[in-house]
Amino acid sequence: MERRVVITGMGTVNPVGNNVDETWAALCAGLSGIGPITKFDPGNQATKIAGELKKFNPLLYVDKKELRRLDDFIIYALACADMAMKDSGLVIDEANAERVGTIIGSGIGGVRTIEREHTVLEQSGPRRVSPFTIPAVLPNLAAGQVSIRHKAKGPISCPVTACAAGTSAIGEAFRAIQGGWADTMIAGGIEAAITPFAIAGFNAMRALSTRNDEPAKASRPFDRDRDGFVMGEGGGILILEELTLARKRDARVYAELCGYGCTADAYHMAAPPPGHEGAARSMEIALKSCGMGPSEVGYINAHGTATPLNDVYETQAIKRVFGAHSRKLAVSSTKSMTGHLLGGAGGLEAIVAVKAVCEGVAPPTINLDNPEEGCDLNYVAHRAMEMNIEAALSNTFGFGGVNAVLVFKKFRD
Amino acid sequence: MSIEEKVIEIIVEQLDVTREECVPEASFIEDLGADSLDLVELIMAMEENFGIEISDEELQKIRTILDAINFIKKKKGMAS
Repeated sequence: MERRVVITGMGTVNPVGNNVDETWAALCAGLSGIGPITKFDPGNQATKIAGELKKFNPLLYVDKKELRRLDDFIIYALACADMAMKDSGLVIDEANAERVGTIIGSGIGGVRTIEREHTVLEQSGPRRVSPFTIPAVLPNLAAGQVSIRHKAKGPISCPVTACAAGTSAIGEAFRAIQGGWADTMIAGGIEAAITPFAIAGFNAMRALSTRNDEPAKASRPFDRDRDGFVMGEGGGILILEELTLARKRDARVYAELCGYGCTADAYHMAAPPPGHEGAARSMEIALKSCGMGPSEVGYINAHGTATPLNDVYETQAIKRVFGAHSRKLAVSSTKSMTGHLLGGAGGLEAIVAVKAVCEGVAPPTINLDNPEEGCDLNYVAHRAMEMNIEAALSNTFGFGGVNAVLVFKKFRD
Repeated sequence: MSIEEKVIEIIVEQLDVTREECVPEASFIEDLGADSLDLVELIMAMEENFGIEISDEELQKIRTILDAINFIKKKKGMAS
């Protein structure tokens, strides 16, 4: 019989909260976490707004020495993992260490450290570049540092699948448990890319909103007046456990992770194809992987970036997969409130999908005043909706044409 | 500030240790918990603060706080 995988712990830092409870309350209340950029002076950048963490105290999770040496994306990962581990009550000791793995994705890794140390190189020469540069830059060092802290000696990896990285990580972790490689996985996605270089790069692609005078209204998924995504930071990490072991230790189970789908568009490096058939196939594969019919799904946490192409094509893909049932779905975009956490998005949004299933609430898409032509699903505009949700999807799609989808369902013994 | 005081100030800051731990015979690796990368960073801070250069061969010989102080004094042309 196939090994079942359940979620027993969760942790997040993101623009609307520094833990799961704060985050869920803010999302259900439709609060925006977008504001003016304070991490650096945006100067003459076209975009001067982002979703930064608020009142996050890194010293709750790292000491002063680590604070100086680790890039923010690693510190955020350590924070999320600490919270998730504590939440799960899991103890890692010599008996189980080799059966606990860590897969944490990141789109860009330590981009702030690259910028800072490159400036040192240019201004002061190679002998002044910090010996901690490389271990702060490598994207897999979030997983590496988390595994070191928690003594998790099982499989370790770091999908670098752009905006799908968190979802790829959770999907691969799910497969690792199903396939018997591990019994428990610390999995999620993380990002800290609100930096001059990253903002300039995305701006050059014309991918970011420039609604600088109305930050809270800037991220407008599915709305006619959307003008690109808003950069966010943070992410989320979950504890995935094989069901019989979770039962044996009487763990609290939030939901079951039962399906994962992943496909490539094989079309363009940054743009989705019309109708986004790759995204549709990813949803189909995810559902098929757990033998679930479309009508069992109540909620989709959409990729919903508020870029011109994504929102229309994602809607078309959902309609293709769900047919008539798509009218009964609640589909919402967390990014309307948090902005786009890039590789962190899949981590945070998996947590949102899990909460939606266990709380019976679909959080809203804010700023959806006038739906775009062709965007005619129920996007839960402005206000959260109470509803029974048997199963939920979390969609994330990334540059390079990657489409990754997770299926969570209510846990039943 | 004397060279001794400055060296200890740098060590306290870089290695996140207390002033009390910084006795002259304290070994960076065994007593102050530094690893090889910590040492490189520490030496970079010394170079910057004292305007000197320390080669990798010289770095090998610096084990304790006293070694560092004596080395810097020698580089600066001061008797130890």
